[in-house]
Amino acid sequence: MEVLSFLADGLLLSLQPLNLMLILAGVTVGLFIGAMPGLGSVNGVAILLPITFLVPPGSAIIFLAAIYYGAMYGGAISSVTLGIPGASTAVATTFDGRPMALNGKASLALVTAALASFVGGTVANVLFTLFAPLLASVALSFGPPEIFALMLLAFATFVGLGGDDIPKTIFSICFGLVLAAVGFDTISGEPRLVLFEISGFLRGIGFIVLAIGVYGIGEMLWTLEQTRGEVTTTNPKMTIKGLVSDTKEAARKGWRGTMIGSFLGFFVGVLPAAGATPGSLMSYGVAKMLSKNPKAYGTGIPDGVAAPEAANNSASTGAMLPMLTLGIPGSPTTAILLGGMVIWGLTPGPRLFANESEFVWGLIGSFYVSNVAALFINLAFIPLFVWMLRMPFTILAPLIFVLSIIGGFAAARSMHDLWMIVIFGIGAFFLRKFDYPLAPAVLAIVLGPIAESTMRQSLLLSSGDPMIFLNRPIAGPITVIAIILILLPALKLLRRKKAVATA
Amino acid sequence: MNLTKRLFIGMAAGAAFTSLPLTAFAQDWQPKRPIDFTIMAGPGGGADQIARFVQAVVEANDLTNRPLVPTNRGGGSGAEALLHLKDTRDADHTLMVTLNSFYTTPIRQEALGVDIETFTPITMMGVDPFVLWVHKDSGITTFEEYVAKVKEMDGEFVMGGTGSGQEDSIVIAYMAGAYGLKIKYIPYDGGGAVAKDLAGKQIMATVNNPSEAKGFYEAGDFVPLLAFSDARMDAYPDVPTLKEKGHDFSYYNQRAIVGAPGMSDEAAAYYREVFGKVYDSAEWQDYLASESMSPLPMDEAQTRAYWTTQVQNHRKLLAEIGG
Repeated sequence: MEVLSFLADGLLLSLQPLNLMLILAGVTVGLFIGAMPGLGSVNGVAILLPITFLVPPGSAIIFLAAIYYGAMYGGAISSVTLGIPGASTAVATTFDGRPMALNGKASLALVTAALASFVGGTVANVLFTLFAPLLASVALSFGPPEIFALMLLAFATFVGLGGDDIPKTIFSICFGLVLAAVGFDTISGEPRLVLFEISGFLRGIGFIVLAIGVYGIGEMLWTLEQTRGEVTTTNPKMTIKGLVSDTKEAARKGWRGTMIGSFLGFFVGVLPAAGATPGSLMSYGVAKMLSKNPKAYGTGIPDGVAAPEAANNSASTGAMLPMLTLGIPGSPTTAILLGGMVIWGLTPGPRLFANESEFVWGLIGSFYVSNVAALFINLAFIPLFVWMLRMPFTILAPLIFVLSIIGGFAAARSMHDLWMIVIFGIGAFFLRKFDYPLAPAVLAIVLGPIAESTMRQSLLLSSGDPMIFLNRPIAGPITVIAIILILLPALKLLRRKKAVATA
Repeated sequence: MNLTKRLFIGMAAGAAFTSLPLTAFAQDWQPKRPIDFTIMAGPGGGADQIARFVQAVVEANDLTNRPLVPTNRGGGSGAEALLHLKDTRDADHTLMVTLNSFYTTPIRQEALGVDIETFTPITMMGVDPFVLWVHKDSGITTFEEYVAKVKEMDGEFVMGGTGSGQEDSIVIAYMAGAYGLKIKYIPYDGGGAVAKDLAGKQIMATVNNPSEAKGFYEAGDFVPLLAFSDARMDAYPDVPTLKEKGHDFSYYNQRAIVGAPGMSDEAAAYYREVFGKVYDSAEWQDYLASESMSPLPMDEAQTRAYWTTQVQNHRKLLAEIGG
């Protein structure tokens, strides 16, 4: 039980006045950065990194980790209230969070998101504390074939996401994969699909650009057309009593999604190269797949909010693990944290736990404290965010438009991105009119680049033999499950046709 | 205790800076807007770490009257950053942190129309050497054993590195050519991912920068076999260089600050003073030492001459390796 005494020391360290103050400040700042569309934890941590030069390294990383945590909570807020994902990690939260808000259940959605985030964070913290070294070796055993198998599994879970219309889902995935291919080929280093020779496409099409276009602009157009501006978001006054009953309801209706998200998210987060965005999308897909009533997903149910929110918090903690134990960032934000640690004169990697044990355990202790602080700060702000929804849609729509544009610009400071957001928004509106599911395209643009490079690396390793995905002990079973999941709906379809034919 | 000591040193360095006479900056030209600090690579890599470190030093010592705004423009092996600098409308407020794709990308992508010799040299912050690493479980302890092993495996020896035509592949291709080695090369997105897959024994050897492999080396997982530096490195005194083995080849990753083409002389002078102070700071000197980077101080004319030779060398190397 050596671990427990280390953890106790860490908790005490993070409760020191300076550190506690930094945690509260970091969580609050993170909450708002996360809630701002386009700005996510990556931007928050990058912008505030230089400030941390003024405090000791232990406190500096606690501050940055608190921002990271706060942003994960905050991302859900605009996903639910405005339908624009606050951060890339909260895209999946819009799938059910936005319908809930339109059904007048915004406060329930926000409470569900906060509680799921808290549980996800806590589960991840406990797993991290107990199994850090073991999990690090698991992460190392995932080479390119294993990561590709996992990506295949993620796509497989999403084939079910578009409802029964599998051809349209597959079309949507393929469309996302094509968008993901724009830019540069990492294997050969050659530019490809640089449309019309516009240099902006050299960077590729950013995930955040697609997400803001589809969910910010596209959703706004859709709502306007459906309701002619007469959106009725009935919102009861927020009271303590309401909060308590929401909490109870969230716990009752969201526990399944929370559990799936907490564990799956953590695991995906631990694998370098993945991170919280794929973690939350995959958790949504898996929660839907395992549900008794998958059709309810997307109509506004607490499980659909809980799964991605639990997952993005637990994945963020998970992504810290390869960063601290291997010196390899598991997500873009941890990449910047890693840079920070180098600046403060620490060497992340296998020796960090032994050489800088006070630093590491102080940080782990701060995860626990940040998580509790984020829950309460978030709950305290929920009435404010719900109040925003009482604005008439004629005011809200321009606000969504402005936030989408500002958020889209802030991410990369490029006009090119803004045009793409508008084009994607309009395109998404028409695709939706024709009943094309858009979530699979968003998933494809996140996972596509990872899937492509790992597949090609694997085939280089095996000199072109695709059996490499089947004859390795970890990759093999994952690939088999993925293939079965992809074939399952096709089999069902066949059987139904046969049943009709024989009847 | 450790923390307080570090804090104290940091504060002392900060105090030393703030007490410098302000007249040092009382020049004709001062930035009027936030300064665009473009990074030629994605977040988390070597260039990114350096950019953020430099920004932190500037910020902590209040060296500029307008902030540096770091933006990652890593697309297309730095093509995006190069085009951004080339096409900027505000050359006096546009800087870039480079790596060697500064040389290789314009050669490989002639269609970009980027001529780096039009860019404005600011400050050479140092150069990062390359080292050949294997996993300790491979049982290989010397470069000669490595060569024998690669030959024995006849094309099945797997090495990882950054993308084709980039730094790692150039070093590996040169070594393979010099010793007649057949190597299966797997390109990755960044040096961190390469080091991780060597630690997980997915690949058999790498040519990571010491900063990327240091953690695993200190833990005893990685064994350094050969350095591609001009002389033996202080941190790895027992590791021979390729030059000692009789091949006239050394290779470094350039870590420099570069200004946009067409930057005014006054602005360039201002930035040279600012980054010169960063270079001389205790923080940067400690960083160079801890990351095993070598200093390479140069003035403007020397930098231009250095660029010309680097472009020629890279053109030759890329032609040789067919990149």
